[in-house]
Amino acid sequence: MAENTNLEPTKEEMELTEGAERTRPRRVFVPRATIYEHNDEITILVDMPGVQADNIDIVMEKNELKIGGMVTHEAPEGYSLVYSEYSVGDYERSFVLPRDIDREKIEASMKDGVLTVKLQRAEAYQARKIDVKAIE
Amino acid sequence: MFRYYNLNDEMDRMRREMDRMFRSVSGAGLSTPGGYPAMNMWLDGDNVILTAELPGVARDEVDISIEGDTLTLSGERKPQELPEGATYHRRECGYGKFTRVIKLPYQINLDEVKARMHNGVLEVKLERAEADKPRKIKVLEG
Repeated sequence: MAENTNLEPTKEEMELTEGAERTRPRRVFVPRATIYEHNDEITILVDMPGVQADNIDIVMEKNELKIGGMVTHEAPEGYSLVYSEYSVGDYERSFVLPRDIDREKIEASMKDGVLTVKLQRAEAYQARKIDVKAIE
Repeated sequence: MFRYYNLNDEMDRMRREMDRMFRSVSGAGLSTPGGYPAMNMWLDGDNVILTAELPGVARDEVDISIEGDTLTLSGERKPQELPEGATYHRRECGYGKFTRVIKLPYQINLDEVKARMHNGVLEVKLERAEADKPRKIKVLEG
């Protein structure tokens, strides 16, 4: 079945930072992200299936945007896992942003397991278009 | 080098071992391993739960059909609609159509299939068909 698709079934597991220990008995994955820019707005889409909007942490530190998502998945009671192709786990990823991001205008929303973060470039930094006059 | 002992790795190994045993016994499993989406199967007696992570797939873009002991899951993740003139900096979230065929351990009671999508995770709950359940045969005397 050759379908025109680039969907990937695997998740990339996060490397444990040296000296750090996990405090939750869960795996941590690096979520897939798509980033695009339009006019002065940067949009970051992050795949975090299984994460509720309430369990997402977004922290802006200097020009680094840190995104964390905690899954609330519970194993179905009484059931045992008999066939497994994926593991459930939390998500963590950081993005280095341009310096001119307006910190007051960061918006985030969650739909179908995909987080959307919208960032605006601060007006003070926006490149001003200079009109070039033709001199007769 | 210090090797961090991961309990999850051990769990995974056990899981794989269970998969192997389970498949060799019942023949259940996925006919297209490695396809999208990755799936998990849970079992409790005559009940089966299938789960899959489908980020960005709307509920009405998922299609499930069952025939006997075979479940076909298909759907599509639509590409993001970008405003005109937008440029990508990074593009890791894939999109497109997908199909997976899953062989279940039992014939399924089609009246008792429950499927739901929650935060991009699909869960399908299935029950074994009454006719497929083993029956105890009473041995009569005489």
